Amino acid sequence: MADPTENRSLTPKERLAIGRVAMPQQDPAARVTNFSEVNLGLEESAAVMEARRCLMCKNRPCVAGCPVGVRIPEFLEQVAQGNFATAAEILYGDNALPAIAGRVCPQERQCEEVCVRGKKGQSVAIGWLERFIADWSAAHGFTAAAAKPAATGYRVAVVGSGPGGLTAAGELAKRGHDVTIFEALHDSGGVLRYGIPEFRLPKRIVDAEVAGLVSLGVKIEFNVVVGKTITVPDMLKDFDACFIANGAGLPVFLNVPGENLKGVYSANEYLTRVNLMGAWKGSQSSTPIARGATAVVFGGGNTAMDSVRTARRLGSQRAVLAYRRGRAEMPARAEEVAHAEEEGIEFMFLVAPVEILGDAQGWVRAVKLQRMELGEPDASGRRRPVVVPGSDFELPAELVIVAVGTKANPLLTRTCPQLALNPWGNIIADENHMTSIPGVFAGGDIVRGGATVILAMGDGKEAAGRIDQYLRQNKTPRR
Amino acid sequence: MFKILSEQEIAPAVHRLVVAAPRIAAARQPGQFVIVRAAEGAERIPLTIADADSAAGTITLIVQAVGDGTRRIIEQARAGSLRDVAGPLGRPTEIERFGNVACVGGGVGTAVLFPLAKALAAAGNAVTAIIGGRSKGLVILHQEMAEFCRQVLVTTEDGSMGIKGFVTAALAELLAAPADSAQRPAAVYAVGPVPMMRAVAEQTRPAGIRTIVSLNPIMVDGTGMCGGCRVTVGGQIRFACVDGPEFDGHAVDYAELSSRQNAYLDPRCKLDEQLAASQKKGSRA
Ligand SMILES: Cc1cc2nc3c(=O)[nH]c(=O)nc-3n(C[C@H](O)[C@H](O)[C@H](O)COP(=O)(O)OP(=O)(O)OC[C@H]3O[C@@H](n4cnc5c(N)ncnc54)[C@H](O)[C@@H]3O)c2cc1C
Ligand SMILES: Cc1cc2nc3c(=O)[nH]c(=O)nc-3n(C[C@H](O)[C@H](O)[C@H](O)COP(=O)(O)OP(=O)(O)OC[C@H]3O[C@@H](n4cnc5c(N)ncnc54)[C@H](O)[C@@H]3O)c2cc1C
Ligand code: SF4
Ligand code: SF4
Ligand code: FES
Repeated sequence: MADPTENRSLTPKERLAIGRVAMPQQDPAARVTNFSEVNLGLEESAAVMEARRCLMCKNRPCVAGCPVGVRIPEFLEQVAQGNFATAAEILYGDNALPAIAGRVCPQERQCEEVCVRGKKGQSVAIGWLERFIADWSAAHGFTAAAAKPAATGYRVAVVGSGPGGLTAAGELAKRGHDVTIFEALHDSGGVLRYGIPEFRLPKRIVDAEVAGLVSLGVKIEFNVVVGKTITVPDMLKDFDACFIANGAGLPVFLNVPGENLKGVYSANEYLTRVNLMGAWKGSQSSTPIARGATAVVFGGGNTAMDSVRTARRLGSQRAVLAYRRGRAEMPARAEEVAHAEEEGIEFMFLVAPVEILGDAQGWVRAVKLQRMELGEPDASGRRRPVVVPGSDFELPAELVIVAVGTKANPLLTRTCPQLALNPWGNIIADENHMTSIPGVFAGGDIVRGGATVILAMGDGKEAAGRIDQYLRQNKTPRR
Repeated sequence: MFKILSEQEIAPAVHRLVVAAPRIAAARQPGQFVIVRAAEGAERIPLTIADADSAAGTITLIVQAVGDGTRRIIEQARAGSLRDVAGPLGRPTEIERFGNVACVGGGVGTAVLFPLAKALAAAGNAVTAIIGGRSKGLVILHQEMAEFCRQVLVTTEDGSMGIKGFVTAALAELLAAPADSAQRPAAVYAVGPVPMMRAVAEQTRPAGIRTIVSLNPIMVDGTGMCGGCRVTVGGQIRFACVDGPEFDGHAVDYAELSSRQNAYLDPRCKLDEQLAASQKKGSRA
């Protein structure tokens, strides 16, 4: 193992001389034929070297850039010294799901964006190191789990088992509360399970996190659609508080003719069939999926990127991502864009759908697109695309996937009229994550609209703390 | 796990299952359905809640084993339990007092119709049920329907039971009755194969008789998340699992529904053939 004193004795100049590590990857030609993970993870020696690039800045801008405030320089210092177990203790203290965050966080817009080393050159690969420590911990049976605390006699219900719900449940269980998660689907994880594909986030990682929660005493009841099977008011009879993290949910469609042709999917349906229902396993799964020699995906976010890369893996020779704006405006993570390019995904910028065209059997055969150019900036500060008149053209396609966003699912809120919503149907929560109903808290996408995994986890963690306070101040323990 | 309390074949390949599902039994209203996943790795299959007993905590499902998914449900039910049953999903039927109502069911559609007819009768409507099947053995639930319907008309294509012909012939007779007669329906509910629902809607359209159909598009989650169940009603996209499954029969795009229902029977889902064809054409690099 690395000499622990060696790291401390490095001068800033020596640290600056170390170049950013490269992430070992599966070869692009091979990976478009399988669903195995693209990034293979850092070797120990590479991880130590990468951690040594950290300048241990006094003002720690990276920590402020992380939504859950991971003590980055502290954990990196331990990695740099080869003290992986100590690094893990620090990391798990701040982030309950580092194996997931390290893989899917948009690091380049969070911790790594503000990393001092990124100002001149390349930032420290914080996300990769986080993943390294999480994987090292799993491989070495390291568990940060503290001894099971004494039961408090409080019961808390959590709606949804996405990253927000899972994190809240874990934090509440660690405080000794009796937690039950109600999940509408037959399996856990939310978007981590049904949205993000295996090649980006292997499901064994989600399984391991969920198993950890169960060992802490968290109960998960599947097939319970809150708003249908039971309502929030029902839950409040049996539970002392409740945390709602039911995600965003409803797919937005393009509203162009031909959208209901066969072979046209929402990204939610396409990815759910492939990921949750296992259609990627081919004949081993009972769920069918349409395939196409040419696939066209509309959108520019992570969902669009996951869809187009999935279509490529399911056999589309030509997989096109069609986006209304330009490359710089794409909200997808930089790493996904780079990986997609390596996999031969074709990017078409500044195009918008006009119509989807079908054949006599009702299957899609082509999409009609029109060209756009960037005009004045809109409210979001992004330059608004405007149509170039007379620029229509047809692109043949047998598979079309619409990944242009989601909106709030009203199933739960409709049956709980006391819950205050914003004009888009998202639940309003205050700075304590409490909604308009005392004892009912909410977080993640249902509050924020489409956001990120780490923000949902941050909400879950913070809300758990506030729920704990609320219970102790307002409720008498059962038993 | 959801325990099966009884399983019975009530017609060839049509099974009645009584499932222990206390929460669903308590919450369910007529017109709603569940999504069933027989076992690990199985499809999510939508099935109407044909009946429920909230005191006993049970729901009744009537399943026609038409393909792999439904056959697997029967197999697992015989083994004693189903892995997942989620619901109640969809909007409940809006039960009004119409006076005379005709409830038209074709094939396993009769099972979907049964709870609606029962609720309509309970609300004080005089219900005439018209139940069709290819032959006698395929006619289901006529005795159960007779318990609350004013009359039950059975039609079979081969004439082995009741009136020989299609349900539409029997309905035509009711529609031909004078407007103020006790025969003539003020509203018609139709559930069955798409061509049947479409034919019924065409029959009632000229007189503008309120017609409600229950649609059965292919579904995945049943909660509005995937959009796979979208149907066009009155020119607008609606999700059958959250906005339906019942819609105004005169506004539904049936051709689109039929087409979408057979998506996974089409060889197009097999990419190899497509690729071979496109390579033959030499159309792609
Ligand atoms: C394809 C895709 C790729 C993405 N990639 C990234 C990425 O790389 N990085 C990143 O940071 N973010 C990514 N995101 C966004 C991120 O996944 C979400 O912001 C995050 O999952 C939100 O977490 P959540 O806990 O709020 O909700 P979700 O993950 O949506 O989970 C909600 C859960 O609640 C359940 N539920 C819904 N309604 C009910 C109900 N009525 N009763 C009971 N249960 C219910 C759902 O079934 C689900 O399991 C991606 C999103 C998608 C769709
Ligand atoms: C709201 C709703 C309520 C329903 N209630 C009942 C019920 O009470 N009893 C019952 O027996 N059936 C009911 N169905 C239909 C049932 O879901 C389908 O028969 C079943 O999904 C077919 O699956 P399979 O794998 O057995 O057949 P497959 O082998 O997949 O297909 C058999 C045939 O059914 C068609 N099909 C496939 N999936 C569906 C689907 N979801 N809906 C309609 N047709 C489909 C196929 O195109 C094919 O023609 C209902 C459907 C919906 C949407
Ligand atoms: S959780 Fe995300 S933002 Fe925070 S340190 Fe890890 S990768 Fe960076
Ligand atoms: S900003 Fe970068 S260099 Fe500075 S402490 Fe954080 S990770 Fe290290
Ligand atoms: S079945 Fe998925 S939205 Fe209706």
